[in-house]
Amino acid sequence: MTDTLQTAAIIGVIALMTWVTRGLPYLLFSRKSPPPAVTYLGAALPSAIMVILVVYCLRNTAWTVAPYGAAELISVAVVALMQIWRKNSLLSIFTGTACYMILIRTAFPMA
Amino acid sequence: MKNVRYALRQIIPLLFSYLFVGIASGLLLHKAGYSPVWAFLSAFLIYAGSMQIVMVTLMTSGVPLAMIAVMTLFINARHIFYGISFIDEFRSVGRGKGQGWKYAYMALTLTDETYSVLCALRVPQGLDRQRIEFTILLFCHLLWVFSCTLGAVLGQMLPVDMTGIDFSATALFVAVVVNQWQAARSHLPAIIGLISAVAFYFLLGPNGMILPALSMSVIALVLLKDRIPTQSLEVNHD
Repeated sequence: MTDTLQTAAIIGVIALMTWVTRGLPYLLFSRKSPPPAVTYLGAALPSAIMVILVVYCLRNTAWTVAPYGAAELISVAVVALMQIWRKNSLLSIFTGTACYMILIRTAFPMA
Repeated sequence: MKNVRYALRQIIPLLFSYLFVGIASGLLLHKAGYSPVWAFLSAFLIYAGSMQIVMVTLMTSGVPLAMIAVMTLFINARHIFYGISFIDEFRSVGRGKGQGWKYAYMALTLTDETYSVLCALRVPQGLDRQRIEFTILLFCHLLWVFSCTLGAVLGQMLPVDMTGIDFSATALFVAVVVNQWQAARSHLPAIIGLISAVAFYFLLGPNGMILPALSMSVIALVLLKDRIPTQSLEVNHD
């Protein structure tokens, strides 16, 4: 029961905060245009956030023992190269994930 | 009817990405031990792909609710800037009698993907632009709820070993980083993000890094404001 409550609370908080970010401009800037500082952060911040999320996703990789995160590094490279080459996010995500799932079963099996 | 058909045609480009990422996020929830009900609820209420994927990690990590709230604000902060372009448009949809809920619904269902579809929308003469926008947003939302729930249900039915499927989150973010890198007029924001993430990874370890890294990036971006040419909102979407 506490688990159910905990899960519901987490989903509720995330939903509420997501609604805040989506609703805020309508509440704040319906009459006047946003201040330059807000527009600036809006343009500059997403690139920083996404790189941080990539590092965050790779945070549990075992960099110090063999194979030194090879499966992760190779698959990230596959995604990036596919994205540069074909510019199709779906295809890049699919290929990279398939590559990762194959690598951890064949070349670099997890202990 | 013409309007609906036109709206559905605009959705085709994101059909597969919504299906695939939705199913992946449903599978992730299932793998973490949660029933399809939670996949349905989170897809319906949150409706933000990357946030739902991060959510699975948060659920199993014991991060306090207040911290989750702050993280959601940071990760979804980009949505604030999507809404700016549609204030007048959505408001006029909700102006009619009993139509106010449509204004709120449209504001709350503007995602990375639907934002980019609406930005690219060039409605031919004779069609109702506002009805088309509403239809696009509604169907995308339904599609997302469907694919997240489907992923969770499939996870229950298929006894296949899905170890490694969670890499799709990493892959999604890498693809977005590549898109942003190619569209950006300045690479400093991405480099700042990388430096602060790696620095706090070494300083505070894997679980304490994200919030300090985000805060550090905001501070660094503000300090370097004069060196970073801002791009227009048009290339800001991912």
